[in-house]
Amino acid sequence: MNITETLTNLWESSGFANLVDIRQLIMILLACFLLYLGIVRKFEPLLLVGIAFGTLIASLPISELYHPEMWTGTSVNYGDVLAKGGLIDLFYIGVKTGIYPSLIFMGVGAMTDFGPMIANPKSMIMGAAAQLGIYVAFFLALVLGFNGNVAASIGIIGGADGPTAIWLTKNLAPEYLAPIAIAAYSYMALIPLIQPPIMRALTTKKEREVKMEQLRNVTKTEKIIFPIAVTIITCLVLPSVTSLLGCLMLGNLLKECGVTDRLSDTVQNALMNIVTILLSISVGATAVYDRFLTADTLKIVFLGLFAFGMSTVGGLLIGKVMYKLSGGKINPLIGSAGVSAVPMAARVSQVEGAKANPTNFLLMHAMGPNVSGVIGSAVAAGFLFAVFG
Amino acid sequence: MLLSLFGGSDMALDDGLILCVVGLLIVFAVLAFLMYFIAVMSKVVGGRGTAPAPAAAPAAAAPAAPAAPAALAKGSCGDVKLFDVDDRTAAMLMAIVADRLEKPLNEIRFVSMHEIEE
Repeated sequence: MNITETLTNLWESSGFANLVDIRQLIMILLACFLLYLGIVRKFEPLLLVGIAFGTLIASLPISELYHPEMWTGTSVNYGDVLAKGGLIDLFYIGVKTGIYPSLIFMGVGAMTDFGPMIANPKSMIMGAAAQLGIYVAFFLALVLGFNGNVAASIGIIGGADGPTAIWLTKNLAPEYLAPIAIAAYSYMALIPLIQPPIMRALTTKKEREVKMEQLRNVTKTEKIIFPIAVTIITCLVLPSVTSLLGCLMLGNLLKECGVTDRLSDTVQNALMNIVTILLSISVGATAVYDRFLTADTLKIVFLGLFAFGMSTVGGLLIGKVMYKLSGGKINPLIGSAGVSAVPMAARVSQVEGAKANPTNFLLMHAMGPNVSGVIGSAVAAGFLFAVFG
Repeated sequence: MLLSLFGGSDMALDDGLILCVVGLLIVFAVLAFLMYFIAVMSKVVGGRGTAPAPAAAPAAAAPAAPAAPAALAKGSCGDVKLFDVDDRTAAMLMAIVADRLEKPLNEIRFVSMHEIEE
């Protein structure tokens, strides 16, 4: 046995010897930075930790966990994936087939109380206006030279809804999944930093001080009819969005109908957690260095931030219009909660309202536009899919 | 036909602009339709006009220690009895608890609040 030859073979088969591109090292460092953001700075840790770790293990040379070449092209050979794919290739089937985003939406639906929105349906207009950023970013992406399908995927970051962004991107521009998902979740975590300056700039102190009337109680019957009706109406208008909105409303129905508590509990906890793990690792692993470290990623990061800002502006402007029309009874701050990051955007409205007037409690009022935003961004995604899909 | 500033896009800017307007209008249309549907549903089902429950929102916690409450509104979790706690503090505490639990206020029952003197 030749020791030198053995050691040489060992070295040549190691990841160190195959670390041939500096960009691989950059990806490993980037993954560690994202882990820092998730663990230490607590930026959407439930997702960012998984995404960062997925990036890390997929960036290690010869790990053979993920094979991006299997997923390129117009059709995927699932026989090949099952026979030759690595662990993350198998996880990624759930992303590619759209299973994970839909199941996440089911969990979100089971955790969401649409009561504040049903009690004050006018708040849905703010949820619609807060989708402005989607279309502004889409247009700006076209200006920057992105194709229509990629621009649509970038624009959806402005919806502040991770599963929707992943669902649309995997359908329209799967090669951009990693930067778009990372941008979407990072900015959702940064909402308490992004929104307040815009909110203060666009509203007067008098507007921020407005105390809103208490919401009426919503009956159980209304809460049961709501998810069924939304599914029928929305999915008839935009059938492409049925998998997302259908699952969202199924989750909500399980919660509200009162006879499926066990299922509701499973969807909210066990299923949601399992899917979150699989989704985050799969998405992180798609951040392959030769696709991720490009000028396009920087553009996406910029456009995503712009989209978030414009969505906030859209919600606030309609909030100001409703403030005027209602004779000063609606606090325009709740408009910014129309971006669908639930419930963080509503909390930001509450915090800013309380800063202007410590006796102000906007949380429940802001939940109306907030959950409307979830429906609004899903509708916007369905529209973009219908156009480019 | 306006072209992309940086080239490369397969879509003309004027087409993109039209798509933006149509897309935003569709979002408004769908949500506006749902808004009217909810308004009609509320009237039919009879939810509209139901008085808010005392514990359903922080501002409603104002009446301190109500004597003999009438029949509770639907969805209410009952009254909260306040002992040496002012309305504002009680409202704030309930909002904080609901926020921390991430539960709607009308699903949490506050029975009473006492100020603990050290």
